[in-house]
Amino acid sequence: MKRLTRAFSVIFLISFGLMYVTYYLNQAEGYGGKNTLTVYNWGDYIDEELLEKFEEETGLKVIYQTFDSNEAMMTKIEQGGTTFDVAVPSEYAMSKMKDEKLLLPIDHKKIPNLKHIESRFMNLPFDPQNQYSIPYFWGTVGIVYNKEKLKGKEIKSWNGLWNPDFKNQILLADGAREVLGFSLNSLHHSLNDTNEAHLQAAKAKLDRLTPNIKAIVGDEIKMLLVNEEAALGVVWSGDASEIMGENENLDYVVPEEGSNLWFDNMVIPKTAKNVEGAHKFINFMLDPENAAKNAEYVGYSTPNAEALKLLPEEISQDERFYPPLELTKKLEVYKNLGKKMLSHYNELFLEFKMHRK
Amino acid sequence: MQIRTRNLYLIPYLTWILLFVVAPILLIVYYSFFNVDGQFTLGNYQKFFTPVYLKMTLSSFWYALLITIISLLIAYPTAYWLTKTKHKQLWLLLIILPSWINLLLKAYAFLGIFGTYGPTNKLLESLGIGTQQILFTDFSFLFVSVYIFIPFMILPIYNALEEMNHSLLDAANDLGASQWTTFRRVIFPLTLDGVKSGCQAVFIPALSLFMITRLVAGNRVITLGTAIEQHFLVTQDWGMGATIAVFLIIAMAFIMMLTRKRK
Repeated sequence: MKRLTRAFSVIFLISFGLMYVTYYLNQAEGYGGKNTLTVYNWGDYIDEELLEKFEEETGLKVIYQTFDSNEAMMTKIEQGGTTFDVAVPSEYAMSKMKDEKLLLPIDHKKIPNLKHIESRFMNLPFDPQNQYSIPYFWGTVGIVYNKEKLKGKEIKSWNGLWNPDFKNQILLADGAREVLGFSLNSLHHSLNDTNEAHLQAAKAKLDRLTPNIKAIVGDEIKMLLVNEEAALGVVWSGDASEIMGENENLDYVVPEEGSNLWFDNMVIPKTAKNVEGAHKFINFMLDPENAAKNAEYVGYSTPNAEALKLLPEEISQDERFYPPLELTKKLEVYKNLGKKMLSHYNELFLEFKMHRK
Repeated sequence: MQIRTRNLYLIPYLTWILLFVVAPILLIVYYSFFNVDGQFTLGNYQKFFTPVYLKMTLSSFWYALLITIISLLIAYPTAYWLTKTKHKQLWLLLIILPSWINLLLKAYAFLGIFGTYGPTNKLLESLGIGTQQILFTDFSFLFVSVYIFIPFMILPIYNALEEMNHSLLDAANDLGASQWTTFRRVIFPLTLDGVKSGCQAVFIPALSLFMITRLVAGNRVITLGTAIEQHFLVTQDWGMGATIAVFLIIAMAFIMMLTRKRK
C-alpha cells in the first residue's frame, strides 16, 4: 500500500511538472497571444483539413476546441478563463449572448467574402444587419422516417403524424419550441404565434397525438432511431443527416406545412485576443471553395450561394437539405418571444407531457 | 479553556453547514419570490396550487411510494438472507458495487437492455411470448429506479438485523412462539429503525428523480424533479423552479419527521 501511494504521488508530481513546462513553453513561443487563433466549435463540425490550409495561408496557429451544448459554450465564454477568438453558437444562443454583451461587432469591410452568402440568409430577425454574426450552416426541423418500418406508407406533412396507423411509433425531440411549433404549423399558424387561442388549440391537438407518441427524448433520439426503436422521429435536419449515414433505411422530409429554419453562426466573443485573426478566419471559411469542402464534409446545408454551385449535384439538388423555393418560403426563424412567452410555451409543453395515454 | 478548544473544532463543521446547507436553502426560498422578469411576487406559489402542479406532485408521491414499497419488499428478505450466508462481506460488496457506477451510465445501459431489439426482448421472443414494449413504460421506470435505489434500502436493514441480539430469538423460540410470530413480534419491531432509514434513503431521492424520467420513461412520467430541471435549464424561470424546490424541501422535512427514530 505504502509503495502504491508513493508511486501515485510520483506520477502526480510528474504530471503537474509537465503541465507547468507545457504552459511555460507555450508562453515562451507566444501561443495564446497574437499568432494563435482559438476556435470554439461543435464537435466534428468542420473539415479539419481546412484548419491546416488556414494555418498555411495565414501563418496563424489554430487551437481548435469543441463543445456539445450552447449552454456549456456560453458558460465557458462568460467565465472567461480561456480566450476564444471565434465561436459558433446557434441563433437563439447568439441572441442571448448579444443581449448579455458577450460579443464583439464584426467589421464587414474585413470580410469581402460575405458577398457570397445568399441574401435570404442575411439580415435575419435575430441579428439585424449581421452586426454580430455570420451564418455558418443552416437547417430545418423535420421528420425522420424508417422506410422499412413504414411498409410503403408515406409521410409528407406534420398532419401525417396524426395517422392512427402510427400508433406508438413516434419519437419527439424534447424541445418546447419544436413540438409546439410543429403543432402550430400543422394548424397553419406561424411557429412564432403568441395568440392564446391558437396556442391552446395547438396544445389540444398535441394531446390527441399522445397515442402515437412512444417517447419524448433528448439526444438519445439519434441512437433510438438508428436502432429502429420507432418508425418516426421529429428531429433537426443536422441530426437527420448524421443518422441517415448510420442506417440506410432512414430518410428525412421537411413537412409541406412549413417548419423552423435554424442557423449556426460564427461570432467573435468579447474575450477574443486575436480579433484581426478572427476576421481572417471567418473570411476564410466563407471562401466558396472552402465553404463547399466544409459543407461536403459536415453534411449540413451551406448558406453560401457560390459554394452551393461548386457542390456535386447529388448534394445541391437534394431537396431534403436544400428544400425547393416554395417550401423555403414557409420556413420561419424562431423569434425571441421574450421570457414570459417562452415560459408559457414551456408550461403548455409540460402539460402536454403530463397528458397520459 | 477546554470548552474553547472544543468550540474551535466546531468551526469547520459550522462553516460547512452554513455555506452548503443553510445558504442554498435560503437562496432557494429567496428566488421563489421572484417572477421571470425579476419582480417580487407571490404568483409562483399561487401557480403551484393549480391542477397541473398538484397533479404532478401527486404523481411524484405515487411513484416514489411505489418505488419505496417495491424496494422494501425485495430488500427485507434479501437483507435477512444476507445475515444467514457464509460470505457476508462478499455478497454485501456485490450489492454495493453497482452504486459505484454513474447513474446515467446505468440508465443508458437499460436503453439497450430493454430496447425492441435488446436482450430482454430476445429472451421473451425465444420463450414464445413475443416482443413487448418495455422501454418507456411505467414498468421500466419502476424497475430501473428500484434497481438504482435498492442498495440504500438493503444496507440499513442489514445493519439492524446484524445488531439484533440473537438470544432474543432463542427466547421467543423457547417460549413457544411460531416463526411467523417471532418475526412479527420480535424481529420486525427490532429492525424498524433500519426499515425507517431505508425508506428515507429511497423515498426522498425518488421524489426528485429526473434524468431517468426522460431516459427510461421517455417523459411519460413527469415528476417534480423534471419540472425543476426544466424551469432552471430551459425556461430560465428560476422563481417557479425554486418554488417547486421549496415544496420538495418541506415534503422531505415532513417525511424525516414521520420516520424519525424513537429514542
